[in-house]
Amino acid sequence: MDAVLTPLLDILRPIGITEPVLQFMLVNAILGVSIYLTLHAGMFSLASAGFMAIGAYVGALLTQQSDWPLWAALLGGMAAAGVIAVPIGLPTLRLRDIYLAIATIGFGEVVRVLILNFDDIAASVLTTLQGERVRFRLIEGARGIKGIPTLTETWHLILFLIVLGYLLTRLHRSRFGRAMAAIRQDETVAANMGINVVYVKNMVFILSAVLAGAAGVFSAHLTRIITPAAFGFDKAVDILAFAVLGGTSTWIGPIVGAMVLTAMPEVLRFLKEFRGVFNGLVLLVVIVYLPGGLVNPAGWSRLWQRLGRAQTASPSPSTGVD
Amino acid sequence: MLELNGISQSFGGLKALSDVTLSVPEQRIVGLIGPNGAGKTTLINIISGLSHPTSGSITFAGEHLHRTAPHHITRLGIARTYQNIRLFGDMTALQNLIIAQHARGHASLLDAVVFAPRYRREERDLYQHAEMLLERFGLSGVAQIAAGNLPYGDQRRLEIARALATRPKLLLLDEPTAGMNPAETRALGEQILRLREDGIAILVIEHDMSLIHQVCDEVYVLNFGQIISHGTPNEIKADPAVIEAYLGSDDDASA
Amino acid sequence: MDTLIQQGINAISLGAIYSLFALGYAMVFSILGVLNLAHSAIFMLGAFFGLIAIDQWSLPLWLAFPIAMLGAGLVSVGLELVAFRPLRRRNAARISQLISSIGAAILIVNITQLIFRQIYNSTEAYLPRDLIPSDPIVIESLGLRVQPVRMLIVVIALVLMVLLQYLVNRVRIGQHMRAVAFNQRIAALFGINVSRIFIFTFFLAGVLGGAAGMFYGVVFLNVTPFIGEDVALIGLTAIVLGGMGSIPGAVLGGFLVAGLQIFSIVIGGSSFRNAVVFLLLFIILLIRPQGLLGQPESTRA
Ligand SMILES: Nc1ncnc2c1ncn2[C@@H]1O[C@H](COP(=O)(O)OP(=O)(O)OP(=O)(O)O)[C@@H](O)[C@H]1O
Ligand SMILES: [Mg+2]
Repeated sequence: MDAVLTPLLDILRPIGITEPVLQFMLVNAILGVSIYLTLHAGMFSLASAGFMAIGAYVGALLTQQSDWPLWAALLGGMAAAGVIAVPIGLPTLRLRDIYLAIATIGFGEVVRVLILNFDDIAASVLTTLQGERVRFRLIEGARGIKGIPTLTETWHLILFLIVLGYLLTRLHRSRFGRAMAAIRQDETVAANMGINVVYVKNMVFILSAVLAGAAGVFSAHLTRIITPAAFGFDKAVDILAFAVLGGTSTWIGPIVGAMVLTAMPEVLRFLKEFRGVFNGLVLLVVIVYLPGGLVNPAGWSRLWQRLGRAQTASPSPSTGVD
Repeated sequence: MLELNGISQSFGGLKALSDVTLSVPEQRIVGLIGPNGAGKTTLINIISGLSHPTSGSITFAGEHLHRTAPHHITRLGIARTYQNIRLFGDMTALQNLIIAQHARGHASLLDAVVFAPRYRREERDLYQHAEMLLERFGLSGVAQIAAGNLPYGDQRRLEIARALATRPKLLLLDEPTAGMNPAETRALGEQILRLREDGIAILVIEHDMSLIHQVCDEVYVLNFGQIISHGTPNEIKADPAVIEAYLGSDDDASA
Repeated sequence: MDTLIQQGINAISLGAIYSLFALGYAMVFSILGVLNLAHSAIFMLGAFFGLIAIDQWSLPLWLAFPIAMLGAGLVSVGLELVAFRPLRRRNAARISQLISSIGAAILIVNITQLIFRQIYNSTEAYLPRDLIPSDPIVIESLGLRVQPVRMLIVVIALVLMVLLQYLVNRVRIGQHMRAVAFNQRIAALFGINVSRIFIFTFFLAGVLGGAAGMFYGVVFLNVTPFIGEDVALIGLTAIVLGGMGSIPGAVLGGFLVAGLQIFSIVIGGSSFRNAVVFLLLFIILLIRPQGLLGQPESTRA
């Protein structure tokens, strides 16, 4: 693996992409796929940040407190996110577009606030159970968990994404993947075609949560510190931006979107200070002018035609104005 | 095959259907006519499980359908088309027909990932069946075109083909010839008659009386949510209640 | 008992702010059918413009207040032109408009943050303490102490709500707004200039949101570019609770959420006040998505 990675990093370093930057690009690519899955099945869910938090905390506790190896913690974090997705998805996925968006934002906030108060809640539960004052400290509220071992390595992420890419290509050629696409186009008709819409949506929601959980475990073992603030509404919007920038017509889109958006402030140094402004502009400009995102041939050719028309139209003498 | 017994449906204060009793016997083509807003589409929505009646019972092939989910109804063998075409517009004609066979397949995601023999066999069957249907409805030439970009007549026929792809025993058609010219309508009538030959029962909503005469064995007339007449096409035509309903309702349909 | 009434009064003044803010969400939703998530940035701008007017231009409060409202209203109109209209022209999905409004919110907050840094060298600023006399008004007979700010806020908020009610029901442009909300195409057929109504709606929403933001700043005397985030989800909860797009629902929802927040602080301490709100949001969406005063969205086939 190093034989490939070292030359790759030698190419990327001069443009500002060091190994840690590359690692975050790859983690965010996983998050891009997480939101892509739900969007591709017509569900506008902003829950990925919340599931990422669950994965990150469970994974970090498993390696730090129980000395599990990374791969086991990874499975643990993914499983935790997936299990929690079941009771969340069953009631919420009946909601559609804006309502689903609001509900999943609410879910993310509940997760954040629960993490903030987890130790206090646990302490008061234990106190009432045991009848005496109990002190409880595990995840440290707003201060977060510190000193997580840095176990994630670049090749883990690359391998994970390669496997994921293969699974996604197969998904689109399977019954299940076609059912997802049908539901996105017209949920009612999909049901009339014999597709169990509730089942498919819930499965997709779980898969999306599992991926977000994986991204959480990986990132916790890169950053060494995790705090609930890192998984709030801002993170949910960042993840959405990956999908919007890259486009969701193929699974490549959100991966490209995630990597470009993550690398941008590093490559274009002067952007650092204006990072927030830039992120806002990207969302706004892409959704208005390039609705299918970067990875969307049809969108580009439409834009190209429009620009072409504007150019050929303006110098034409027949307009007569200036 | 299909029995509706005392079906009523109200939306808030509006009574869209009251006490509708109707049956579609095996291998028969039954027409359902009535002025605009009579409740015809509402009835099809109920049979296909998109909404549940306020009261009344439905049995299909001996099974009670009580608040049954639409996908389950499809799997029992009922398929439908829509008054306003609802194809998967971004997908090709072929893909539309593949998706409609969803319930026929059994291969899991895992089968697809490891290219299991079951998955390969199934995919081959799905594509074969889809191509057969395309050919039958004269759509082979447009198999790879996005359904939304097809000419109107092709879209109408593709919708019927898609309904057939679910391999139904009963087909519900909601105004299949809307917007077609007389020649196209006639050709579609021939197709519908052939479906009966294949052993499929059909309930067809139509405004075009020539098609009703061409294909229907019997006809029900719905007005303000009630069945006001039932008989052969010729009997219906002579029924004063039917004439009254159409003339009294300010409707320009060619009744 | 004392503290209960005292807390009740706090809840009412907080509720007045939330209601004004939620009204902006609700108006845009009822007339355009989209959720404007940049409304929280408009709220923040109301506080920010107020701060600039008082702190930088040394204007009195009674002048700063209308300036803040007007400024917020104008930026809100800008939102319509930049983030919503182009998408509507293209018949884009409601969700695309939600995303563009998120983009606009991020943009506004970050630009404000840059300006903050320029002026204050930090992302925080304080309004002068003596802006409004802080001696509490004591009502002996009830044993109550009420801060004048809170009184003032409740009074102005109520006046604004009554004005809005009057505008929507009695003035022509208000009637046109209701017509557009009912059915855009029919309204257009009757010769109503729908684009103008949209712009007016955004202006009103901005004015109300700006007023709410200004109040918020005046109560807490502290303004940052991020105060919109404090209220964004609270406002959403208020309109979901009251019924999306219902004007009386937004007001009711605002007061209910404020009451709930104050109540949960009394019961469980302040760290839970938001958790309770989001839990409520979640539960309402699941059991009664149309809210308390809304109509169910029909699911026609
Ligand atoms: N989901 C619904 N909510 C409220 N009213 C409805 C709903 N669906 C149908 N209706 C009403 O029920 C009545 C019957 O409608 P339906 O669409 O079944 O008529 P139809 O016979 O199919 O008419 P057409 O010939 O125009 O297609 C109409 O008055 C319609 O407005
Ligand atoms: Mg109809």
